[in-house]
Amino acid sequence: MALLQISEPGMSTAPHQHRLAVGIDLGTTNSLVASVQSGIARVLDDERGRSLVPSVVRYHADGRVEVGYEAQARQSEDPHNTIVSVKRFMGRGLADLGDPGRYPYKFVDAPGMVQLITVAGSKSPVEASADILKALRDRAERALGGELVGAVITVPAYFDDAQRQATKDAARLAGLNVLRLLNEPTAAAIAYGLDNAAEGVYAVYDLGGGTFDISILKLTRGVFEVLSTNGDSALGGDDFDQRVFCWIVEQSHLTPLNAKDTRLLLTRAREAKEQLTEHDEARITALLSTGELVDLNLTTAIFHEITATLVNKTLAPTRKALRDAGLAPEDVKGVVMVGGATRMPCIRHAVGEFFGQTPLTNLDPDKVVALGAAMQADVLAGNRTQEDDWLLLDVIPLSLGLETMGALVEKVIPRNTTIPVARAQEFTTFKDGQTAMSFHVVQGERELVSDCRSLAKFELRGIPPMVAGAARIRVTFQVDADGLLSVSAREQTSGVEAAITVKPSYGLSDDEIAGMLQDANANAETDMKLRALNEQRVEGNSLIEATRAALAQDGDELLSLEERAAIEAGIAELEAGMAGADHLAIKRAVEALNQSTSEFAARRMDAGVKRALRGHKLDELSL
Amino acid sequence: MAITVTDSAARHVGNFLAKRGKGIGLRLGVRTTGCSGMAYKLEFVDEAQADDVRFDSNGVTVFVDPKSLPYLDGMELDFAREGLNEGFKFNNPNVKNTCGCGESFNV
Repeated sequence: MALLQISEPGMSTAPHQHRLAVGIDLGTTNSLVASVQSGIARVLDDERGRSLVPSVVRYHADGRVEVGYEAQARQSEDPHNTIVSVKRFMGRGLADLGDPGRYPYKFVDAPGMVQLITVAGSKSPVEASADILKALRDRAERALGGELVGAVITVPAYFDDAQRQATKDAARLAGLNVLRLLNEPTAAAIAYGLDNAAEGVYAVYDLGGGTFDISILKLTRGVFEVLSTNGDSALGGDDFDQRVFCWIVEQSHLTPLNAKDTRLLLTRAREAKEQLTEHDEARITALLSTGELVDLNLTTAIFHEITATLVNKTLAPTRKALRDAGLAPEDVKGVVMVGGATRMPCIRHAVGEFFGQTPLTNLDPDKVVALGAAMQADVLAGNRTQEDDWLLLDVIPLSLGLETMGALVEKVIPRNTTIPVARAQEFTTFKDGQTAMSFHVVQGERELVSDCRSLAKFELRGIPPMVAGAARIRVTFQVDADGLLSVSAREQTSGVEAAITVKPSYGLSDDEIAGMLQDANANAETDMKLRALNEQRVEGNSLIEATRAALAQDGDELLSLEERAAIEAGIAELEAGMAGADHLAIKRAVEALNQSTSEFAARRMDAGVKRALRGHKLDELSL
Repeated sequence: MAITVTDSAARHVGNFLAKRGKGIGLRLGVRTTGCSGMAYKLEFVDEAQADDVRFDSNGVTVFVDPKSLPYLDGMELDFAREGLNEGFKFNNPNVKNTCGCGESFNV
């Protein structure tokens, strides 16, 4: 018979209606799946009791796909068809990869994202991620004994819209219903129950196999806001193994090694590192293919000495993240440790010393993100009672806005707004008789479009011809719970509509996001001036255009030669001002031209009325 | 009249309650929905109901509402592992037949 789990009071489900939901940590090196059962989050193991799934996918010519340990085992034999660390390619174009030569893959640039050529055809990172997710879904459905209603999938806090959308697409491809994408540091904080803890600032220190991330989170009224992130995408536990390996080579005076011996010694190095977590020394023995025997004793003291620079390399980004958030180490209320490498006592010690407090380490650092995601999934699937229903909110990392005349950014949703959110703003036409309008959606903190990131462009056509400024176009920005954006524009009088879901083509790296934020602060004043200048230029252009149109129409009829010359001089003066960079000068010229055309405008008005009345008898007019 | 909890089930219940941080026991019950007539109910208990019948077995307090009791009398709650799946199992002497999946039953 079916095996049952204990439900919360009053939350028993009808038969066949179990709301099975999982949390998935889709990692660069390893992935995990966890679920809440009988009130407790636990990671779901495979038949052999292993909780991790190496994030490795191997494609065969006959269409077979291997995922996890099987694929990892063949990595060195079949490097072109065995995709590791696919997360690094999610939502990235070829240009984003830097030097593609350092990967063993054949890349092709495709619109939106690179593709990798394998024996089974070209595979996008989304497809490879979907294959990992499929393996996790499979494991979960076998472990939970039923179909999943949904999953919460974690992503790094610095993932932009393109990378989040790619992750969501991968989940859909794997047949998973995404309840929500959740930031990894937020998931770790949830696993430690910090969302029910005191409000304040928390740091999440995540040192994985090959990546390091530090996030500063602020908890207010149950909402985690990401204040800043930083890290090093090429620093992780593997580097510590490498250091120990170098030490072995040095101590044993080994000559250049072949690949097999290198692998053997790297394994021994990792084992020694792991042993030092519990013990003060580790013995390293290995018999090499050359007949040489390695027999060394690695003490904690030596280990500290040879890895001190690596430990310090994590503290520099940590310092930067705090500085970006405008905080000092003592402002941090708690530190959460994530990633297997944080088991190393030297890391715990260094982090503890840096923040002046003992970091939280009682949960398994490899599992903590998946556990937090599982807890969130349990809530979203509706398995919790009202009273302890915590709806966790996330925030938008960078402001979203539209390009307006003058290449300026009009922010529609400011950064750190909690999601889901919908905001609308009204825009209007710039020229008489304008029937189409193009919208350019951008993301970033700067005032000029060129300094922000372009997300999407679309057009609204079929606006009824009206004088400039009469059309009312309502633009709605909507960000769903996963941080994905859709934008719609609607002309209010005619009801014509256009909409776009943002699937941006290129991604931003964490460094770029951090850089963009810093730029925005550093350039606040310049931006403000540029904004004022561009606004005045737009105003000037529009006035010149209107004046020229009026001159062409009525200039000969209504103006004396002198009057006309005066207005044209005003236009010339304004044009000269607009070529300069002083927005106040433009403003003065605009005012002057306005002044000199006011009489002309009044005469045009009179003439217009006369024209309208000409040929009509008085009694025809209903006055 | 008795409901018993096996050692293995009791250990898991104790563990779940401890990690949950609150709760005074386990509620067993039946509901009259299911493809084969009845369905089991298995929940944590934070507050007992006035008419609950209590059983103590292996250190676990089991709460049963009087209407469910006739269907569950003599039952044993066990914890089992089947492949990757693990969970609670009802060994109910009253059951005449169950649906294919075993989630609902008939007496």
